[in-house]
Amino acid sequence: MIYAIASGKGGTGKTTVTASLAALWNRPVTAVDLDVEEPNLHLFLHPELTSEEPAFMEVPVADPERCTLCGQCAAFCQFKALSVMGKTLLVFPEMCHGCGGCLLLCPEKALSPGGRELGQIVSGHFRAGRSEDASFFMGRLRVGEAMSPPLMRQVKARLPVGGAAGDILIDSPPGVSCPAVNAVMDADVLVLVTEPTPFGLHDFQLAVQAFRPLGKPLGAVINRSGLGDAGVQDYCRAEGIPVWAEIPFNRAVAEAYSRGEVAARAVPELRDVILALMERMQAAASNPEEAGHA
Amino acid sequence: MREIVVISGKGGTGKTSITAAFAHLASIRGGAMLCDLDVDAPDLHLLLGPKHFEEHEFRSGFEAVIDPETCVACGTCVDLCRYGAVRKPSWDDPTGYCIDPLRCEGCKVCVQFCPAGAIGFTERHCGQWFASEMRFGLMVHAQLFPGSENSGRLVALLKKEARARAEVLGLDLILCDGAPGIGCPVISSLSGASQAVIVTEPTPSGRHDLLRVADLCRHFRVPVAVIINKFDLNRQNTADLEAYCKDQGHTLLGRLPHDEVVVRAMIQERCVTELPASAFSDALRSLWEQIVTLDSRAAARNGASPVLFQPTPNA
Repeated sequence: MIYAIASGKGGTGKTTVTASLAALWNRPVTAVDLDVEEPNLHLFLHPELTSEEPAFMEVPVADPERCTLCGQCAAFCQFKALSVMGKTLLVFPEMCHGCGGCLLLCPEKALSPGGRELGQIVSGHFRAGRSEDASFFMGRLRVGEAMSPPLMRQVKARLPVGGAAGDILIDSPPGVSCPAVNAVMDADVLVLVTEPTPFGLHDFQLAVQAFRPLGKPLGAVINRSGLGDAGVQDYCRAEGIPVWAEIPFNRAVAEAYSRGEVAARAVPELRDVILALMERMQAAASNPEEAGHA
Repeated sequence: MREIVVISGKGGTGKTSITAAFAHLASIRGGAMLCDLDVDAPDLHLLLGPKHFEEHEFRSGFEAVIDPETCVACGTCVDLCRYGAVRKPSWDDPTGYCIDPLRCEGCKVCVQFCPAGAIGFTERHCGQWFASEMRFGLMVHAQLFPGSENSGRLVALLKKEARARAEVLGLDLILCDGAPGIGCPVISSLSGASQAVIVTEPTPSGRHDLLRVADLCRHFRVPVAVIINKFDLNRQNTADLEAYCKDQGHTLLGRLPHDEVVVRAMIQERCVTELPASAFSDALRSLWEQIVTLDSRAAARNGASPVLFQPTPNA
């Protein structure tokens, strides 16, 4: 089963929750950081990193000998990555989305596949649950690269699949636009982490609007509960969204986080909250109908 | 015209609460055009209660749509789509070939190469944008529809609108609340900015994300000034962050304490600086004084504007 931990607002505790779940998970598990712009899960899980490979996206390279400057590729490209200027075909690789259309279209076969570096795919191992060896993956976007979904797709393609490979926990990017949707679209169960403040509520509502149409079981985690107001609770009740966990506001959790520790290991009270959350997530995965949001 | 963009790399470090307070402080002296560039999950309006006097549709990019009447089920589109956006009929879903709009990149390859000419290409309505009046002046802001794309283009549009309106009103300051991360919308928000103010926190993720977003600013030659929020969570990490800023030549603006007054202000739909004085709001006032002088010094030193670059469309 694939579980995605997401949120509308940033900084609500996605990584704290993902790291705690990964550390306590009672089945074979792979932890994946798909917040490729700012991946942070490794700072808390402290995996042993064993591999780092660059990831590339296919972009066109022009052969000026063959190019007749007919301009069909430039007219076709939806992303303005090609342009005929005077007697040259200019390629702007950073604008390219890697669709491959120009290569298919060119009547002179003057375009060939090249690569733009998107970032790195990093993998390794960490200790989960009853000290089983668990896999870890993360994508790290190259600084200056604008597009995160292509790298996320490549990280997802590396993930082990099938029953024996176990469960997958995805730490998703914040927000509700294309990167966040890309992170959660293949999950079986969604966990939305929010906080009981007006910003938390507003962005949680956006996340529910974005992710509910995916038709997957969905539950809320209210982090720092007791800090703000009752808006998130009221909204969950009105919308029939189950609250799978409430993590009380506790400076000790914030301080453990600031030291790079897994909160559920450092703060004993949190352990039971996370274990109960894990059970609810697993129950929702096996009974999507009962979870109410299919 | 000076353009200050507040960003953070990591989400939830306090960007929006701080930007709103800066808007308040700016309004006391000269005023600023305010701009919420976190078009994906905008929150600034929750503190400022803007009243829209203009609302516009944001249309950008296209998506492919298969006409089931014309489709001959040859599967060419499935083979050519690099995004896995075409759904094949299966035993549990025997309807014909169709496009998943969430996966469609709008590249037009399937449209171009469909032998039956069965695929249409329709413009996407990705969100709404607004020009509004609020208690500290004018603001431009937007809401991307949940699940939509093209946030970079929407950010570029808002910045263009903010500049044009600031010009008309004779305002020489644009204050922008940015998005988390280092991707498309953040790159777009740095385009033409005169100063990035990065709000970080003394945690491993705060530091990690600060380093990446500061690198991004350097890449696009936008000067960096750093605020360390919640500094008292971990004083050793705070000292390390300060040493990093010094080492890298980033302006270190100062520290803000971890204070629940931020949440109290949010619940009252007010800026922190509008509430009775607190250690947090006093510190914020002094940070703003520094930003104002910092900017005028920078402007005086280099008449040249930062490198302009085009935001990547459709990402």
